[in-house]
Amino acid sequence: MSLLEVNDLHVQLQTQRGPAEAVRGIGFTLERGETLGIVGESGCGKSITVQSLMGLLPSSAKLSGSIRFDGKELVGLPEREMCKLRGDRIGMIFQEPMTALNPVHTIARQVGEPLRLHRGLSSADARKEALALLERVGIPDAASRLDAYPHQFSGGQRQRIGIAMALACGPDLLIADEPTTALDVTIQKQILELIRGLVAERGMALILISHDLGVIAESVSKMLVMYGGSVVESGPTAAVFAERAHPYTQGLFAARPALGAPRGLKLATIRGSVPELVDLPAGCPFAGRCRFTVDACQATRPPPVLLPHDHRVRCIRLDEIAAEGVIA
Amino acid sequence: MTQRFDPDPKSAALLEVTDLVRHYTLPRERLFGPPPMVKALNGVSFSVRPGRSLGIVGESGSGKSTIARLVMALDRPTSGSVKLLGRDLHALPKDQLRAARRDVQMVFQDPYGSLDPRQTVARIVAEPLEALAETSRAEQREAAGDSLAAVGLRATDLNKYPHEFSGGQRQRIAIARALITRPKLIVADEPVSALDVSVQAQVLNLMQDLQQQFGISYLLISHDLAVVNHLCDEVCVLHRGLVVERGAPQQLFAHAQHPYTQALLAAVPRPEPLTCA
Repeated sequence: MSLLEVNDLHVQLQTQRGPAEAVRGIGFTLERGETLGIVGESGCGKSITVQSLMGLLPSSAKLSGSIRFDGKELVGLPEREMCKLRGDRIGMIFQEPMTALNPVHTIARQVGEPLRLHRGLSSADARKEALALLERVGIPDAASRLDAYPHQFSGGQRQRIGIAMALACGPDLLIADEPTTALDVTIQKQILELIRGLVAERGMALILISHDLGVIAESVSKMLVMYGGSVVESGPTAAVFAERAHPYTQGLFAARPALGAPRGLKLATIRGSVPELVDLPAGCPFAGRCRFTVDACQATRPPPVLLPHDHRVRCIRLDEIAAEGVIA
Repeated sequence: MTQRFDPDPKSAALLEVTDLVRHYTLPRERLFGPPPMVKALNGVSFSVRPGRSLGIVGESGSGKSTIARLVMALDRPTSGSVKLLGRDLHALPKDQLRAARRDVQMVFQDPYGSLDPRQTVARIVAEPLEALAETSRAEQREAAGDSLAAVGLRATDLNKYPHEFSGGQRQRIAIARALITRPKLIVADEPVSALDVSVQAQVLNLMQDLQQQFGISYLLISHDLAVVNHLCDEVCVLHRGLVVERGAPQQLFAHAQHPYTQALLAAVPRPEPLTCA
């Protein structure tokens, strides 16, 4: 049995312009110890997907489909039950370490909180555990800084504290939503190394969300490319990076400025702009922006096409694209 | 075009920054102790020639944004000078500084925070002209329309408010506002770091087009080496308020000499997977 099985997950959000389908029928599985990356741009549904795993969606959101975590169905699970999983079996690292930490509590208290809640540890024991965790995530001189407050730490150190909190109960699944977006590149490198090291050491599964293809390439073994609430391409990271079969994936790769590229080159852009969720077409979400669009793309959602290495692409025009030999 | 002030014949540079130092005094921690200082810039010099662009890269706290503030004359240096077209901006009287500001405009990082939500796009874009107080309302509106057209927006967008636009479009509005005085230099502080990859590409291409079309120079401040590489002829690597290395980006990124530049380059995640699943 897989650790996590997501099947045909739909999330409908209530917006000012009426109901919008933010996630439309996505599915994936994750084994213990496996690492999965989700890449996509703002509004593609990547954060909504992991928020639905954590039960953190707004109460007006409508969830359907199935999320089975270690055999247990999470869709429709009462809040009381969800609370037992959250922070215990599933840990989460957030993008903005300053807002993820409570400014009025000491770090020892915050890191020890999941242990007191889920494991029933006494304050003294939780404090001892918190010290071990803070040392593990590399807070220098942690013993003397247990009673410090979040504002006394730098951004990178705050993110380390956030990681210590997520790890406290030894979760089976760690979710990191853009964990390094707010950090400098050299700090980003340290934090990603820390996360990779911890995942390998503890045998956790990891879901890493990022808009940065470089971060995904260095950190996970398989990946999903999301656009307009759908997974347009998925598979082993190496296969997706080598093939870039979906036109959106190609566009995403081509749009990045490359280090060391000669000057004066134009970046390839994806024409048009990301449609609002309410306005998404019925068929392929990328139809209209894609230069291979035909009428059939607009009509129905393309089924997944299976390529070698368990690499799946939702596009009906793969043959035509391959014929042009476009690798962006 | 009328010459607004005489450029110093000895200096061909558009912008000449010499030995710029900026130390900030923090509030005292102890009653009789010396107040702590933050040494944001410790003697930075560089110049930008007309039509060429300079990138400044470095991490948080390296002094990048302090440079932007000093070049824009939004803050005064502890010592050193900023010369635009041969004139020391920090020595100019107020009224002349105001006039000199038409040659240098700024684009900020956050397109959500840098546009007033209660003003129409027409007012936002025309504001630099209003500050110069040389043109009528109608002329300002016409200029705003032209400026919007240059960044790929429509004249009908003039009556809209910022919330009606996406992040990429807002950054275009901010660029249109910077363009309206026909500046020679645009200081862009992290202009694309708040944008998605595909939108970032559109804005970078636009900046490149505008450079060719109007001969604008950019002083581009960024933590993203690839962005600087794309847009600039020269790059300065800033570390703790000092320029540790400079050169043409392709050359510099291929053969970095300074350990800090090397560390910065090594930390950039590469989009090639390391392991095969």
